[in-house]
Amino acid sequence: MLLEVENLNVYYGAIHALQGISFHVAEGEIVTLIGANGAGKSTTLRTISGLLRSRGGSIRFRDQEIGTVTPEQIVRLGISQVPEGRKIFAPLTVQENLEMGAYTRRDPSEIQATMQRVFASFPRLKERMNQLGGTLSGGEQQMLAMGRGLMSRPSLLLLDEPSMGLSPILTEEIFRIIREINSQGTSILLVEQNALMALSVAHRAYVLETGNIVVHGTAREVSENPQVKNAYLGIAS
Amino acid sequence: MQQANPSQPTRVIARHPGAHLAWIGKGFLLLLAVLAIIVLVRSFFDNPQLFIQIVISGLQLGFVYALIALGYTMVYGIVRLINFAHGDVFMVGAFVSYFAVSYFNLHLWPTVVFPGIPVGVAVVIGSITVILLSMIVCAMMAAVIERVAYRPLRTAPRITALITAIGVSFFLEYFGALNFVFTARFIPYQRPFSVVTWYIKDGIHLVVAGQAAPIGSITFSNIAIIIMVASILMQVALQFLVRRTKTGKAMRATAFDKQTAQLMGINADQVISITFAIGAALAGMGGVLYAIAYPSINTLMGILPGLKAFVAAVLGGIGSIPGAFVGALIMGQAESLTAGYISTPMRDAIAFSILIIVLLVRPTGIFGEPEGEKA
Ligand SMILES: Nc1ncnc2c1ncn2[C@@H]1O[C@H](COP(=O)(O)OP(=O)(O)OP(=O)(O)O)[C@@H](O)[C@H]1O
Ligand SMILES: [Mg+2]
Repeated sequence: MLLEVENLNVYYGAIHALQGISFHVAEGEIVTLIGANGAGKSTTLRTISGLLRSRGGSIRFRDQEIGTVTPEQIVRLGISQVPEGRKIFAPLTVQENLEMGAYTRRDPSEIQATMQRVFASFPRLKERMNQLGGTLSGGEQQMLAMGRGLMSRPSLLLLDEPSMGLSPILTEEIFRIIREINSQGTSILLVEQNALMALSVAHRAYVLETGNIVVHGTAREVSENPQVKNAYLGIAS
Repeated sequence: MQQANPSQPTRVIARHPGAHLAWIGKGFLLLLAVLAIIVLVRSFFDNPQLFIQIVISGLQLGFVYALIALGYTMVYGIVRLINFAHGDVFMVGAFVSYFAVSYFNLHLWPTVVFPGIPVGVAVVIGSITVILLSMIVCAMMAAVIERVAYRPLRTAPRITALITAIGVSFFLEYFGALNFVFTARFIPYQRPFSVVTWYIKDGIHLVVAGQAAPIGSITFSNIAIIIMVASILMQVALQFLVRRTKTGKAMRATAFDKQTAQLMGINADQVISITFAIGAALAGMGGVLYAIAYPSINTLMGILPGLKAFVAAVLGGIGSIPGAFVGALIMGQAESLTAGYISTPMRDAIAFSILIIVLLVRPTGIFGEPEGEKA
């Protein structure tokens, strides 16, 4: 199993944000985690990346326990996160942002090759290589954030609301690229509010509600679940 | 950006209660600037030699302040902490070189190891060794201070770390003043090389030791030149480090957003340690050069230069490296011109007047960007 999360319990002070959730991502999969605002989706990703710690429970990546590993070490193991809100390094250029994505890697020629692949997926970034990250448009920043996340050549990519604030056309484009990245062998854990789009690309899905997983199954099963249809897909059942 | 509405000026003031204060400040500053320029221009034409002499001593001072101010601004940029112990690191730099020279003759090592070496080369290599030693000791000390005193407070409110920094500062000053450490006395400093002075009057001539330079000439020393060259070199090296190297880019990324930097695989704690160490190394070099220029050292010698370099960093825009440099040069001139044309004790007052004016009129400094944009 690529990623196996068991019984995560995360607190912010007295707030019990994740109340014992368990899920997994198999090699080659796109798994989506959907849920309303404040359900705990970002908290889940931040815990996997090591920025937050779970009280008890376990996170295993390729059968190695990573619940106590530092965030920078987790990147080296092959998990990369594209955080919510892009979090571009505004005072760094596009190229420098991408270089930071490859911080854990050494070989300059291999890094260059990865950068060319990123440019192939996001040609817009190549044109703007020397522009400051902070001056990109929202959509361009999302592309940069995803490109940056790919620069470490992760085996598991964590995406936190990649469609946030994007036009429908750009959202389509981003989801097309998510499929493309996956078809090239990267497994993806996708957090989304746009449940319809997320379920259309994912193999399996988990629905998170106030820190608990309430529904899970294949993307098809989940999209046909009456509760999900009603609450997340806006279809009265 | 909000557009001010000209037909309703009162509302603008009502929205920012400090707005009219800032206006008074700006007017006052403008008046001061005009006055200062008139005085300076008149002084220049009255006695150009004296004026240039004062500017040269201001440059010497300003370039030392620049070395200290860089550390303030870098550390602030990355952990949002005014490291008040920074001036004391500068002091330790001076003392390390004092012990190295007066007790261990470190500056003479090349003549001992290579007896046939030309004297000039030996002095240069020896002096550089002394400076490097001070830089290394200061860098290590700052890394330890960061690890022990500041890192545990990383998530504490900012004021906690600030008070701790003041505590560390007092600790260094008064621990240093103990009899078995540096003692509380003023100690005459032995320079690793001797001062050579030139004067300019119909060309450049050497001032013969024991004789005064002719009246009406401009004098300058090898120390002034060394300070300027060293400070500029460090500025260039630092720019290169921050702009071009992987570590420098990681420093900028961490300064902007520490958590996202960690998501890139950057070890933020390590980057922060490196930042403290680099800043301290520069301060250490400043300490040695300052002691060579003003050869009497004491454990409290870092307080005023430290505070003035801090003002320089604020004036330039704290967090900005070019800002610290420019701010320091302005501070050097302000201090030197005040001492030359108004009165010597006034020079410390002018430094803090500048701080107050900057905070009133443009708290972000010359190169500073408004806060709040940064995460
Ligand atoms: N730093 C924090 N301090 C305190 N509470 C927090 C903090 N971060 C998140 N929370 C709380 O934890 C809960 C889960 O937050 P989280 O950010 O994981 O939600 P989310 O599912 O990502 O929501 P959204 O879709 O709005 O991004 C929320 O109730 C939130 O208020
Ligand atoms: Mg979120």
